[in-house]
Amino acid sequence: MDFSDIFKLRKTGIGAVLALFLTLLNVQGLRAEEITGDSAMAGGEMHMSAAGHQAKGQKEEKFDPPPVIMEHISDSHYWHLWGETSFSLPVILITNKGVEAFSSSVFHHGEEMYQGKYYNYKLVDDKIMVADASGRVDKELSSHVYDFSITKNIASTWMAVILLILIFTSVSASYKKRAGKAPRGLQSLIEPIIIFIRDDIAIPNIGYKYQRYMPLLLTLFFFIWINNLIGLIPVFPGGANVTGNILLTFLLAFIVLLVVNFSGNKHYWKHILLPDVPKWLYPIMIPVELISVISRPFALMIRLYANISAGHIIVLSLVSLIFIFKSIAVAPVSVAFVLFMDVLELLVGFLQAFIFTMLTALFIGTAVDEHH
Amino acid sequence: MGELFDGILNYHLGFVVWSGIAFLLLLVVLRKFAWSPILGFIHDREQSIENALLSAEKAKDEMSRLTSENEALLKQARVERDLILKEAKDLKDKIVSEARTSAQAEGAKMIEKAKIEIDTLKNVALNEVKDQVASLSLEIAEKVLRHQFEDQSKQDELVADLLKEIKLN
Repeated sequence: MDFSDIFKLRKTGIGAVLALFLTLLNVQGLRAEEITGDSAMAGGEMHMSAAGHQAKGQKEEKFDPPPVIMEHISDSHYWHLWGETSFSLPVILITNKGVEAFSSSVFHHGEEMYQGKYYNYKLVDDKIMVADASGRVDKELSSHVYDFSITKNIASTWMAVILLILIFTSVSASYKKRAGKAPRGLQSLIEPIIIFIRDDIAIPNIGYKYQRYMPLLLTLFFFIWINNLIGLIPVFPGGANVTGNILLTFLLAFIVLLVVNFSGNKHYWKHILLPDVPKWLYPIMIPVELISVISRPFALMIRLYANISAGHIIVLSLVSLIFIFKSIAVAPVSVAFVLFMDVLELLVGFLQAFIFTMLTALFIGTAVDEHH
Repeated sequence: MGELFDGILNYHLGFVVWSGIAFLLLLVVLRKFAWSPILGFIHDREQSIENALLSAEKAKDEMSRLTSENEALLKQARVERDLILKEAKDLKDKIVSEARTSAQAEGAKMIEKAKIEIDTLKNVALNEVKDQVASLSLEIAEKVLRHQFEDQSKQDELVADLLKEIKLN
């Protein structure tokens, strides 16, 4: 399978990138200046930089998008369903005195404190803190509490894991059932992607040792892709921004870092520790090489996180427009743009999974490369 | 900056650990139950398709080899047939011409023989005729002479004539 025609849509691509960039700029502006809704209407444009550092208290009803957007794309102890309804997810805390678990419903969305077994807990900005009897946060004691709660993103990740296991074991079963025959149904949807990853990602980048890394590449690809797709679903069971969570992308990039460096052969390490430059350049070259070891997975982490978060932010910003303008008339425009963005995100979701897998294969390829 | 990382482990270590467990579990489970069998099956199928294609190619080659062999054989056979026909024709021609020459020679010989025979017979016949003519002439001459020389005078006269002739000579 050849996906090169995706890149041939250069015009659309440039347009999309520009739109993304501009919207990002605007969102940055939003965050930086905390502007109010009425200034954003100027000329009917969606230009949001501008006028007012108006005192917050003056207008009680004004809609402030950045915190709302940030709340939507960040992790939570609640899984919002609709209106005021949400799942209360379990809280698991590992403290210096022991482990305790309870439902997050006890906090009533941060409104109430909870007297746990060991400490008094309070939910501040969706973070669990230890408070004293009067309700003040005690930072010293908070640092002894580690939050191992099943948050929205964790639940969504586990759901994706279960979904993937179900999909691929069933595909595997149909391979067993129809051994040697042409693929059918779900199998024929999955097989071209698997072959694409094998023939266009693994083999060209890694070479003949590709077989060892196929499980990792396939798992990475499908895990990122399905999480990107689930993230696009606006309501339960979607709505969690798993791949737009920098901690998850950090985890994936860290795994890639470990795999790449543990599969590095002597050429790879020689290239880093004894590069082919004059000896007096070593003080410069070796740190540079070591930084590149870190920076490549770091770029993986940032790229996936930024792309998916940006998509979510844009969609939420577009929806926010309705509330900024306080007019239902904006809704069709917003919905049209959201639809466009969602379709674009479908492509981005695939593309980011592909790029992540591709670069992982490339890094593994440089680590196991034999001829230098 | 310090504030940004304040309590980062407290709030986020759990997430990394849980999602790490999730991902590694996914990796292990899929590797065992999905990727290995799926890749294995795909590989086997590709192998069998490739083998089938190869053997088809081989069969095609064999086929075309056989065809060309057949053609060569046919061609050779045709050449041989032509050769045989030509030889036969030559042979026939030779036999015919030989027959013709030998017949001619035989004929000529027979004609020659016949001629000789005829000549011989003719000579014999001529000799006989000559003998007959000679004896007949002699008889006739005898009879004439007998008749002439019945009287003496005529004899004398003849003698006298003969003598005269001799004289003249």
